[in-house]
Amino acid sequence: MNELIQKIGLCVERGKVNKVSPFPADMKGLDGADEYTRQAIEAGVKPDAILQACNDGMQRIGEKFGRNEVFIPELLMSAKAMHTVMAHLKPFFKSGSVKSKGKFILGTVAGDLHDIGKNLVSMIIEGNGWEVIDLGVDVKPASFLQKIKENPGCVVGLSALLTTTMGNMADTIKQIKASYSDVRIIVGGAPLTENIAAEMGADGYARDPQNAVDWLNAIGTI
Amino acid sequence: MNSLLQELEKGKVLVSDGAWGTMLQERGLQIGECPESWNNTHREDVLAIAQSYIDAGADMILTNSFGGSPTKLRHFGLEDQCAQLNEAAAAISREAAGSDHFVLGSIGPTGVIIMMGEVPEKTLFEGFCIQAKALARGGADVICVETMAALDEACLAVRAARENTECEVACTFTFEKTVNGDYRTMMGVTPSDMAIALTLAGASIIGANCGNGIEGMIDIVREIRKVDSKTPVLVHANAGRPVLEGGKTVFPETPEMMAEKVSLLIKAGANIIGGCCGTTPQHIRALAQAIEIC
Repeated sequence: MNELIQKIGLCVERGKVNKVSPFPADMKGLDGADEYTRQAIEAGVKPDAILQACNDGMQRIGEKFGRNEVFIPELLMSAKAMHTVMAHLKPFFKSGSVKSKGKFILGTVAGDLHDIGKNLVSMIIEGNGWEVIDLGVDVKPASFLQKIKENPGCVVGLSALLTTTMGNMADTIKQIKASYSDVRIIVGGAPLTENIAAEMGADGYARDPQNAVDWLNAIGTI
Repeated sequence: MNSLLQELEKGKVLVSDGAWGTMLQERGLQIGECPESWNNTHREDVLAIAQSYIDAGADMILTNSFGGSPTKLRHFGLEDQCAQLNEAAAAISREAAGSDHFVLGSIGPTGVIIMMGEVPEKTLFEGFCIQAKALARGGADVICVETMAALDEACLAVRAARENTECEVACTFTFEKTVNGDYRTMMGVTPSDMAIALTLAGASIIGANCGNGIEGMIDIVREIRKVDSKTPVLVHANAGRPVLEGGKTVFPETPEMMAEKVSLLIKAGANIIGGCCGTTPQHIRALAQAIEIC
């Protein structure tokens, strides 16, 4: 049983989705996250334990990413493997036997159509056990406000890639804070720095997806 | 007129242009508006930007077609106008360049990560073919595939241009400094990986654009030169990493600051030097003057 849990964690870390997936090359032809999760559930492994193994796997790949030992392709494959596991666990979330850590509303700010960074963050945060509400790209402040209203207690993430849309990000933060001063906001994206994020009034800044997860997990316990 | 490669063979370092996006915004392009649509609706403004770089001393100018792939234009519902918008972009730059300057038809990334398998490679390749052919029809001398991060997408675009046009093909990647101090794209590609893959795919000019500023470009060019001493190297540097000042996005590197680095950049092995985000005709003039005295 323990062995299965370990294998799931390893498949997530290495980005081994399922048996037919050719990635990573050294695991070609072997069972992947999909197969091991099915076996684990059949063997009666607790969903909590499977989720924990995934979180640990994501944590390890996230840390490697932070050290620049792996790059976006590896992170994407891990997120994909994680998604496969989550699909098996969905019924347990629905029944309440596994709980999400909280709700995270995410979007690329108005005027910005870039979704690669945002999608990465979305997958990795979801993979860490949060319920992610992804509003897509070019999200107007009013859309964020509406979703925040519908989801009390949520945390908000804003993404921007263009240097030219940083102003819209600052404006979105201002509007959210004016209506919901206690909603916490984290920002990320290529043109940003910690200083710019602070100047905009954001509560947090993530230079990479793992950073965002660490920040969320830290505030989740407050 | 000689081709760009023939000009480069003479050993002279050439000057390229500066930013387009930030210049279009100064002329009223709204955030969220499609820049390429201005080739039809604001032709005179686009022409004026092209002209301003020629006047500043650039030997070549790019085209207002960076986001002109069908995939990108789809966000604005303009996918069907891909060929027309790209052809117009090249025609505008051709008009400013006349017969004695070069036009580099710009092709930017589609935003699709090929390895995720959500969009077939064939779809992207066909899009690049449409874009490259239209740019060539409009008068581009060179197809310039730029701001790339992934080798698979860049090689598709290079091949599309190589196989469907008579143009020379240039390709530049965007590198960031990692915590270990080396340079990689967000997909993990190093400058040397890029040099080897692109020349195999058929690029005759390679290099780097965007990024953090001109200083990092010196190291990037050195890295390229470790594996490739022959292929001409093109650098389009940002005017530094943007900062927020009073709610406005400002690029910190002045024309003088950028010009200061030119001699080191040339020494490292750069053959064409121009600007990217945040650079203006003043930056290009300063770069041209610095290149002149090198």
